[in-house]
Amino acid sequence: MRQSVHTIIPNLIEQHYQRLLNGWLACQKRDGMIGGQISEDQLAEQARRFLAEVRQGVAGGHFDDISGPEWDSTRSLLDTVATERAVQGFSPSETAIFVFSLKEPLFELLREELKDVETLARETWAASLLIDKLGMHTIEVFQKGREEVIRRQQEELLELSTPVIQLWDSILALPLIGTLDSARTQTVMESLLERIVSSGAEVAIIDITGVPTVDTLVAQHLIKTVSAARLMGADCIISGIRPQIAQTIVHLGLELDVVSKATMADAFALALRRVGKAVLNRAQPKPNGE
Amino acid sequence: MPVEHSETMPVTSSDDVVRVRQAVRTHAVKAGFSLVDQTKIITAASEIARNTVDYGGGGTLLIELLRESARRGLKLTFSDQGPGIPDLERALTDGYTTGNGLGLGLSGAKRLCNEFAVKSTPGSGTIVTLARWR
Amino acid sequence: MAGEIPILQIGDCLLVSIQVDMHDRLAMALQDDLTVRIVESRARGVMIDISALEIVDSFIGRMLNNIAGMSRVLDAVTVVVGMRPAVAITLVELGLTLTGVRTALNVDKGLAMIRRLIDSEGDESARRA
Repeated sequence: MRQSVHTIIPNLIEQHYQRLLNGWLACQKRDGMIGGQISEDQLAEQARRFLAEVRQGVAGGHFDDISGPEWDSTRSLLDTVATERAVQGFSPSETAIFVFSLKEPLFELLREELKDVETLARETWAASLLIDKLGMHTIEVFQKGREEVIRRQQEELLELSTPVIQLWDSILALPLIGTLDSARTQTVMESLLERIVSSGAEVAIIDITGVPTVDTLVAQHLIKTVSAARLMGADCIISGIRPQIAQTIVHLGLELDVVSKATMADAFALALRRVGKAVLNRAQPKPNGE
Repeated sequence: MPVEHSETMPVTSSDDVVRVRQAVRTHAVKAGFSLVDQTKIITAASEIARNTVDYGGGGTLLIELLRESARRGLKLTFSDQGPGIPDLERALTDGYTTGNGLGLGLSGAKRLCNEFAVKSTPGSGTIVTLARWR
Repeated sequence: MAGEIPILQIGDCLLVSIQVDMHDRLAMALQDDLTVRIVESRARGVMIDISALEIVDSFIGRMLNNIAGMSRVLDAVTVVVGMRPAVAITLVELGLTLTGVRTALNVDKGLAMIRRLIDSEGDESARRA
């Protein structure tokens, strides 16, 4: 509901701008905002800009709804602040304090100006509501920022964690690590198949020791990859099947039509047999050094 | 979904089937599809194109390159005035059965696409729509 | 001579390398010509190199199955080599199975496989005798 509220807050901010700013910065300092990754100057700059935006916003007269056009630049500024904080690793509270600590100096000003209890209560409520909304918007944007950071880190982790290794002539190993989402699994499997072609491997060992859970989708991708490898003329062995995963597979009724071994070592031994190789003990050196 | 580019071509002979593959490839590359996605949509198109020639008595293909902000897709519409597909449901759910070109063509192609729809009434021809998104 | 698809003979093996995007007539011609060549050359192995094929649809799949079936009847083994990953992935999704068709990664391995199959078959018959 957007209605113009008659309030003295715009005037207050206008008249006592510097005092409000100083009070606000003092609160933030007290609450530990400064000294970490944000310098006092940087914080002061952000606070200055924010207060200027709020001044503009309240001049528009709409307190109860910050989604309107007069609050666009304010929200935009908060988005930048929140996203920066998210990337820098601040906590949600630390980020929110930036906005919420404005309450203290603002309420103080209101108490000084307004002697009528009714009016004071109403104005304080309006101010509180406004700052709450701005604060919550900040937290939401912060949250999205965090999610983006996590997503990117996951991607990078998967990049690092899916190398294709040549164990021996004709034997490749693909150790899968971490939770696999559908898209990532597909890419990983495709690169395994490409490596099979380029290295001429006859056996590929897919090790899932580092995969915490195998759901239906991941299992289907595994099965499809094995089928594709077979079509191409190579074979696969799955290794690292933990008891829980074995149970999940049976429970889900999945038909893993491929040889699976508990350990990579067992899989490697089998692969060697398949490509016609054997590991022998070296002859013992004779005692007299012949 | 806005159409960035479109092209129509005849699908009446087995040479046309080869041309269909080439045209779909060109558009799939334009849409920025990965190699695997290209292969999937071209193979699906090849299946349906064959059906159009062999069972539909020949028809046409409309290729549309779609774009909605960052999302791009390829939409293929095959139409013919042939006898239509009897027992459409079964044709769509059957797995691969040797010798039955229709059975595999439809159900297999469906699996290769993100969107797949068939409109067929015996006597008034068939329209098969396939789409794949990037 | 299968139109534009040459059939080479290496020892007792026939090697077919599919380089072009085949239209149906060409595929049918290949099947027919191969049959004739297997009998003429008494080949024991047929190797089909599809490393140049970017698309293998159900029609080509059926052609490969037919060739395998027909050569088995003529006492030859069929090995398909050089399937591209994207093709393999698509065929799996398509649900197409190559029945009676063995596969190998490349021509070398394909020839080695044919050699093994023919030789072991010889042992088999010798054992039964």
